[in-house]
Amino acid sequence: MEVKLLTARFGTPESWSIASYEKSGGYQALRKALRMDPDAVTEEVKKSGLRGRGGAGFPTGMKWSFVPKESKLPKYLCVNADESEPGTFKDRYLLELDPHAIVEGIVITCFAVGIHHAYIYIRGEFGLPYRRIQSAVEEAYSKGYLGKAILGTGFDLEVTIHRGAGAYICGEETGLIESLEGKKGQPRIKPPFPAVVGVFGGPTVVNNVETIAAVPWILGHGADAYRKHGTEKSPGTKLFSVSGPVVRPGVYEIPLGLPLRSLVNDLCGGIRGGKRMKANIPGGSSVPVLTAEEALAVNLDYESLAAAGTMLGSGGMIVIDEDTCMVWALMIIEKFYAHESCGQCTPCREGTGWLKQLVARLENGGGSPGDMEKILSITRNMIGTTICVLSDAAAMPAASFVTKFRSEFDSHVGAGRCPIRRATVGV
Amino acid sequence: MQPFEKPDPAHNPQLREPCAIAKLGRPFAFTPTEEERIDWLFTRYPTRHAACLPILWLIQKRLGWVPAEAIPAVAEKCGVPESQIYAVVSFYTMFNRAPVGQYHLQICTNLSCQLMGAEHMLDCLRRKLDIDLGQTTADGLFTLSEVECLAACEMAPMIQVNEDFVGPLDEKGLDALLSRLRSEAR
Repeated sequence: MEVKLLTARFGTPESWSIASYEKSGGYQALRKALRMDPDAVTEEVKKSGLRGRGGAGFPTGMKWSFVPKESKLPKYLCVNADESEPGTFKDRYLLELDPHAIVEGIVITCFAVGIHHAYIYIRGEFGLPYRRIQSAVEEAYSKGYLGKAILGTGFDLEVTIHRGAGAYICGEETGLIESLEGKKGQPRIKPPFPAVVGVFGGPTVVNNVETIAAVPWILGHGADAYRKHGTEKSPGTKLFSVSGPVVRPGVYEIPLGLPLRSLVNDLCGGIRGGKRMKANIPGGSSVPVLTAEEALAVNLDYESLAAAGTMLGSGGMIVIDEDTCMVWALMIIEKFYAHESCGQCTPCREGTGWLKQLVARLENGGGSPGDMEKILSITRNMIGTTICVLSDAAAMPAASFVTKFRSEFDSHVGAGRCPIRRATVGV
Repeated sequence: MQPFEKPDPAHNPQLREPCAIAKLGRPFAFTPTEEERIDWLFTRYPTRHAACLPILWLIQKRLGWVPAEAIPAVAEKCGVPESQIYAVVSFYTMFNRAPVGQYHLQICTNLSCQLMGAEHMLDCLRRKLDIDLGQTTADGLFTLSEVECLAACEMAPMIQVNEDFVGPLDEKGLDALLSRLRSEAR
């Protein structure tokens, strides 16, 4: 059921070393790409239907083609390795276990777009992933895959690894750009989009680690081979990070369109202790929650999840079992967004704080009957009203939790303490 | 709880002293190795300002935190006003604005870890170390912090010990971890 294109090397000895990577066919896609016309490389990626795997799902080849051919200022690639969406850990696996696929993807991408300096923006908390990608970059320089006249062609590329320092908002592409420039990671108003005015004023491509790691496979095997997996509209594979009380949490690479039921029940072994699933957050904590009934009926591709009223997002799936209080779970989610709001936009700065306080008050048994309507009204003023989507990311779980699990919220009003956790964990 | 009460400092240690940065108590200067590294950094970015985060990391690597005396030195290197460096140091949660213990224990309390019992692990840590969040043990070995999702949810409940991720934790594993750290302490 798993289809291992990007995760094929996971588990081989020293999979992160250049020797192991080259032995398994690594850097052959780069050799092929360097003999092609750069536009043909972009066309191949367009044809593959690859979409941004960081969360927004924007078509990758199209993103590349928005970058102007001629530019007075240098063009840049920023690889977004600031994986911070709660419940998501697939980029960490790629960085730790197959860093050369990322390096090879970077060189191909930069060749296609005409970029000569790439930055890998990696979250500051990543110790081992940082060391692995760092050593991969050094190995690639020493083998002539990076630097001047790569593989004897006229193509030059520098790669610099840039460590973040703990801020969720730097995963937002313009927040990342601000942070890379040495400032607070406060997102920019768009337009202009980064493809036109990005880091250091130059046209910039910002791509997620998983997106970049898919590029060598696509060039090596061809877009048609990639499209053999997945669905017509959502081609290829996607790495899902599954966490929560499942028997085997972890990273699973599946063809898009696989039923959620197969991922949770078969690959992850179902819920621990024979319990039942109560809810499922399929794409990172910011996407609308699904009830178990909705989750067990949905397929994991962009279109099916949208039709079910949620999103594929980053593929960070959080499974929630029958013992969990949904008010408590939402309180944890809202605490996070309140902490991470950068404070630029009023609806987000104030809204995330209000949501956190209202949900915490309900969870602690001190809410009032009008609180649920108040939460819903706040969320309506937070969606689509700010510079970036952090505000939406905080509002969507709140609105969906309250709407879909209304009776649990109602049961907390005037209860003095959490009625569900009192019964399940005795607090 | 009042609807407009102040944010809970327990959930955001930085709110306790909004922008305060502790003092080293002696002049700050970059070491020759750091100077060399900074010169190299300037070759990697088209602006000096962009070297701000990497320079702050150099300081934290040597001292374990970023003292107030270092701010003017970084500002001078980056060619920006000191206020911009203050802004950065206080914006990013990983820059310690006061000394921390030899082992910085950062426990994740986001959803995936909470679903697997992070709250109990935090209670155990408080009890075993006899400190609360944001505090350091009297022997200077451990500082306890709460942290948001570290992208290691498959090892929930998990904790970051300086640069390393450890999990899944249970009470026994926690005891073993603490005694190993004590025995390895400088």
